[in-house]
Amino acid sequence: MTEPIEEVQDAPVQRVERGEAFLDVRNLQVHFPTDDGVVKSVDGVSFKLERGKTLGIVGESGSGKSVTSLSIMGLHPPGVAKISGQIFLDGQDLVSSSREEVRLLRGKRMAMIFQDPLSAMHPFYTVGRQIIEAYQVHNEVSKQVARKHAIEMLDRVGIPQPDRRVDAYPHQFSGGMRQRAMIAMALSCDPDLLIADEPTTALDVTVQAQILDLIRDLQREFNSAVIIITHDLGVVAELADDIQVMYAGRAAEYGTAEDIFDRPQHPYTWGLLGSMPRIDRERSERLIPIKGTPPSLINVPSGCAFNPRCNYAHLNDGLSQTERPELLDTGNGHLVACHLSPQNRRQAWETDIKPKL
Amino acid sequence: MTTADTESTPVVPKIGEEILSVDGLVKHFPIRKGVLQRQVGAVQAVDGLTFNVTRGETLSLVGESGCGKTTTGRLLTRLLAPTSGKIVFEGRDISHLGEGRMRPLRRDVQMIFQDPYGSLNPRHTVGKIVGAPFRLQHVKTEHGVKRAVQELLELVGLSPEHYNRYPHEFSGGQRQRIGIARTLALRPKLIVADEPVSALDVSIQAQVVNLLEDLQEEFDLTYVMIAHDLSVVRHVSDRVAVMYLGKIVELADRVDLYEKPMHPYTVALLSAVPVPDTKRKGKQERIRLQGDVPSPINPPPACRFHTRCWKAQEICKTQEPPLVELKPGHQTACHFPENVEAPAAKADQ
Repeated sequence: MTEPIEEVQDAPVQRVERGEAFLDVRNLQVHFPTDDGVVKSVDGVSFKLERGKTLGIVGESGSGKSVTSLSIMGLHPPGVAKISGQIFLDGQDLVSSSREEVRLLRGKRMAMIFQDPLSAMHPFYTVGRQIIEAYQVHNEVSKQVARKHAIEMLDRVGIPQPDRRVDAYPHQFSGGMRQRAMIAMALSCDPDLLIADEPTTALDVTVQAQILDLIRDLQREFNSAVIIITHDLGVVAELADDIQVMYAGRAAEYGTAEDIFDRPQHPYTWGLLGSMPRIDRERSERLIPIKGTPPSLINVPSGCAFNPRCNYAHLNDGLSQTERPELLDTGNGHLVACHLSPQNRRQAWETDIKPKL
Repeated sequence: MTTADTESTPVVPKIGEEILSVDGLVKHFPIRKGVLQRQVGAVQAVDGLTFNVTRGETLSLVGESGCGKTTTGRLLTRLLAPTSGKIVFEGRDISHLGEGRMRPLRRDVQMIFQDPYGSLNPRHTVGKIVGAPFRLQHVKTEHGVKRAVQELLELVGLSPEHYNRYPHEFSGGQRQRIGIARTLALRPKLIVADEPVSALDVSIQAQVVNLLEDLQEEFDLTYVMIAHDLSVVRHVSDRVAVMYLGKIVELADRVDLYEKPMHPYTVALLSAVPVPDTKRKGKQERIRLQGDVPSPINPPPACRFHTRCWKAQEICKTQEPPLVELKPGHQTACHFPENVEAPAAKADQ
């Protein structure tokens, strides 16, 4: 996870060959000091993402998935969050860059789709004006050209009568159309990195299907890197190439979509899969929930943060309570942070978990 | 646990008999404009529902937002008054009962709300919230209200020590349990649950689903579940009613509906559910519905789904398909249903 220190120091702002990946997040930590103590929302997260690929980040509320994406976008208000680690976007370290430098990257190099389009769009300005503004910041074009571009984008995301709708206000759009308009806005400058934070959670299932198709098509067209953040495992399975499962601010498991769904290794991932009723399988008599509730991030359990809720923590001779498991490779880039021995793990998966999923 | 049911139900209720029947239920919300507040139109939220609920079953209402499922739930619990139509609960017409006459019935019909943050008074302790039904209904409990409340808290998986705490001290899942404890206080017969798990995290959602199932078994509860998550609905329901723009388009047994859906809208809904199976990635045959649900202020004429239906023909625009039983226990309102076994079914249009 941690690289040798000298590598960090050689000219972080230059575009040198820093890792192979387009987006390279290394040991990211985001802490919020509060009166009650330090909230460790993200506590050491690393991942890489290539162009044209999709990473899914899965976890429950409070697992640090949104905080991670907001740090990449540089959207934490100054002085509130303490951010450490590195985020390399095409070689440039965003953590050590100034706010102005990051602001110039937003829109063109990276863009974000938010969960709630009604609060992410300004209610006072027309949809068109908001897209035009974003486009004009990064492109020196006249208003007419920018307007034409905005209409094209609205058409591209499937909004009917885009030449009329461009002058509508956000409240005049339905939920699905607002989400499309926001996608149009996010894509208006062809960003290289697109972060979608729960893009379909507020939408109905038929509209969700349309939006997922849209994100997939647009990614193919623009060859962008996409991070999709969600708690819906169905949505991730649909879009993601790689999946990171997060728990209490850290990665519990990382692997390809096939790894996570067909050969999951972490008890938390097992719990998530067991909690979810499946429409494509025989109906199970009973769901298998994870006991307890997610921990407070001020007072994360010692050792493995998942140990109070884990059914297998007792198999590790107390190691789960005392030592934090590192995220280690189990083969072929499938990373797991768990103390279980390979035999115990295989046995638990084969006998307890797999037959019930 | 409590003695809330001391004087109620002298007759032993039987599983399988009808507990609730709804006939031609309509709710229009008027839209008023101008100085004189003249009515210029109406939101046709619910437009002619007919269905029965049998004792001990779980009937789910599913559909997209704006299809009228929540309004239906509020009509069944009489938090709203219907524009027309009949709601009969245990043989008694409750469609136009006044507030005072409705009050004794509130013991039997209760509601679980979607938002565990909005449905609990932040200034009241858990004890006061869960004990409120006893006070409002003047129900005497054997060992005092406090004891009854603590028993309820234990029943839903909370600890009796939570009695003096406030809602903000609890997580979403725990709050939902508090709401369920309050719902159960008077031992209702029918519970209308409006999206009881959709605000919760996946792992907590499973806990609450299991709790609801356990309680149903223990107290012979009847549920009308309102939900939009089709996987959860399949897990909990015995029968499912699919709604579109204020009407039921299909009503069937769970197995039938999920395996052989007949209405094109149901087929589309089911095909749109993202499946957590990487082998089916990109291969899943999906019916893309165009556009959004039309406005319920001005719904399309005849079959309301014809504007988005890929099978729509001329007749769909002119003649409304009635909700008919095409197979035993499987009602569908469509001129061209899918999965019809005998071709004869088409002849009777």
